[in-house]
Amino acid sequence: MRVALFLTCVNDTLYPDTGRAVVKLLTRLGVDVDFPMGQTCCGQAHYNTGYRHEAEPLARHFSDVFGEYEAIVTPSGSCGAMVRELYPRMGERARAEGRGDTLAQTLAPVVPKTYELTEFLVDVLGVTDVGAYYPHTVTYHPTCHGLRSLGLGDRPRRLLQAVKGLELRELPGADECCGFGGTFAVKNSDVSAAMGADKVRNAESTGADVLCAADNSCLMHIGGTMGRLNTGMRPVHIAEILASTEEEPLV
Amino acid sequence: MSGTFVGMPAFPKAAHEAVHNATLRGNLRHATHTIRSKRAKAVAEVSDWAALREAGKQIKDHTLRHLDDYLVQLEESVTAAGGIVHWAADADEANRIVVELVKMTGETEVVKVKSMATQEIGLNEALEAEGIHAYETDLAELIVQLGKDRPSHILVPAIHRNRGEIRDIFAREMSEWGRPAPEGLTDTPAELAEAARLHLREKFLRAKVGVSGANFMVAETGTLVVVESEGNGRMCLTLPETLISVVGIEKIVPTWQDLEVFLQTLPRSSTAERMNPYTSTWTGTRDGGAGEGDGPQTFHLVLLDNGRTDTLADEVGRQALRCIRCSACLNVCPVYERAGGHAYGSVYPGPIGAILSPQLRGTGSEIDASLPYASTLCGACYEVCPVAIDIPEVLVHLRERVAEGGQATRGGNRVVLKPAKGHAAERAAMRAARWAFSHPGALRTGQRLASRTRRFHPRTLPGPGRAWSETRDLPAVPAEPFRDWWQRTQGGKEAEAK
Ligand code: SF4
Repeated sequence: MRVALFLTCVNDTLYPDTGRAVVKLLTRLGVDVDFPMGQTCCGQAHYNTGYRHEAEPLARHFSDVFGEYEAIVTPSGSCGAMVRELYPRMGERARAEGRGDTLAQTLAPVVPKTYELTEFLVDVLGVTDVGAYYPHTVTYHPTCHGLRSLGLGDRPRRLLQAVKGLELRELPGADECCGFGGTFAVKNSDVSAAMGADKVRNAESTGADVLCAADNSCLMHIGGTMGRLNTGMRPVHIAEILASTEEEPLV
Repeated sequence: MSGTFVGMPAFPKAAHEAVHNATLRGNLRHATHTIRSKRAKAVAEVSDWAALREAGKQIKDHTLRHLDDYLVQLEESVTAAGGIVHWAADADEANRIVVELVKMTGETEVVKVKSMATQEIGLNEALEAEGIHAYETDLAELIVQLGKDRPSHILVPAIHRNRGEIRDIFAREMSEWGRPAPEGLTDTPAELAEAARLHLREKFLRAKVGVSGANFMVAETGTLVVVESEGNGRMCLTLPETLISVVGIEKIVPTWQDLEVFLQTLPRSSTAERMNPYTSTWTGTRDGGAGEGDGPQTFHLVLLDNGRTDTLADEVGRQALRCIRCSACLNVCPVYERAGGHAYGSVYPGPIGAILSPQLRGTGSEIDASLPYASTLCGACYEVCPVAIDIPEVLVHLRERVAEGGQATRGGNRVVLKPAKGHAAERAAMRAARWAFSHPGALRTGQRLASRTRRFHPRTLPGPGRAWSETRDLPAVPAEPFRDWWQRTQGGKEAEAK
């Protein structure tokens, strides 16, 4: 199976380790991974901030770059949700605005082929035990778009529970938003910071060493808050935990 | 000062104080979390919740699509039952009508059933200006009125107050308005409720005019419906001789049977009850149909537009008119929980307020232009909404209107709106980012530049980014972006050249 990694612009620029972890993990599971060099950004920030028309060329570009692959895998719940939930809406609205079917037809092929990483592992590859080893206490934060737009359900937690050495602790108020929300973090920074601080305190109360999530944008906000509150906890992307093995442990 | 809302500062500024007020945040957190978990339980009891939610959505959408027909039908059936229907295009007109109607009775006092519509138009202030005292009879509304405060929640207007604060308000203010609070009043719920009961009883027995809203209006019979928990509304609806109901035009349902759906979804979503303790229905006047009966001698229905027709003209935004004001979206909203209801600058706070107010009032003011951004788009509001209003979708739609301008309907006319002030820099940044993202080479150059200069990156940011670095550490820029690593090693297949 030839699969394209859609890493997302944030991960490519700021979190290359997550990208390397996805490649290592999927390769270990026998998947042939490609990274199309033409990829950039799915347009989520544009769309959600109210610049829907600026997002359209990016969506078209996405389709050009990824349209040929059997499956597209992304380690980001919110970018996955952008493609799966919002690309069809962009097409519909172009139609409603009298611009015809072209956009809808261009975007349609990539929509059903795009998977968030944990979804791809559980639903497509059919594995929950990926042979990982990670001897730490971990608490899992289900990010909003993963939880509500994609409906990831307990897939990430099942994957984590199967990791050797890992002890999973339940996060109180897990389904509450961490307060990132893209530009919300800057436009409404007081509220965003208060939400982040509450999330971090809840995470701290579990006594875990690591807070794990399937989206680095939320982890950037939570981790940045942890740093400021001196919790001693670390934010880690789920891909990095799942890629960690006894031979090559994540340190 | 129940105060006007226009001229409120933008949401982030209005929220600033609430976020840093520990008592307020504690009160809100406690109240919303309690009702949140109760609601979840009450909803889980119903096996066909998803079907009920869909049915509610369908009924509302159907009614809104044929609103003109159902309004005419409603007017006919209300008139046939002995009521008098008035049409009000905006708040001023509605207030003028009600003031006139009260003056015609010769009374200077009215008792009020808790109603969002009359708050929306500022009726109490309009009556006061004409020397007519309006007494709120809902317990929480009474607390707000006595405290010269503004409501901060749709269902629990005094949610921001704790028991101690309520005791102080009662002890201080009740004597100004009527029967004083009993000596030595404590803050136990039973004593507070009893003080309110005695205070209100006087008002009920004296009042000749009642003013209400309605949760629903049934087009086929001209029946109005109010659901409530305390029974004060029922007193106001049965005792006075004249009843004036002010209701938004979107509150219609076609038939009695349609109520079946909402009388299940509304109580479970709002107060986590299986049924509302009091469901009152009234149709026209006492002798409008056939002689004897109860109810008012004179009944006026004021049908309120006030931006609703304009909202209906918006294909994406019109779903906000499905709202049955259950307030479930407020109780799950993490932003509402921290910012409090007052920050939304409207009688409709929380997620529904963030999409309804900028549609009813337009996006011209600072506060209305900021409301679509008062959300992280986490989707919790959509998940709980019993009529499936996709609030995040409407928020993004309104953000576009604020940031880019575009077509809208105001006062029944199609207008082209200019972008709101303060978005020029953002718009330019979005365009630039779109350009870079459409040219992978440019993106790469930027990434490399960031990596190469990473030792010089500040730990705090200038400009709008400062809001980030004030409370959060910035991530460090890595030595090498992923795509460079991939190209150098072919995804790790070639040994890494260290
Ligand atoms: S938008 Fe939905 S959840 Fe919010 S108050 Fe209205 S009906 Fe209730």
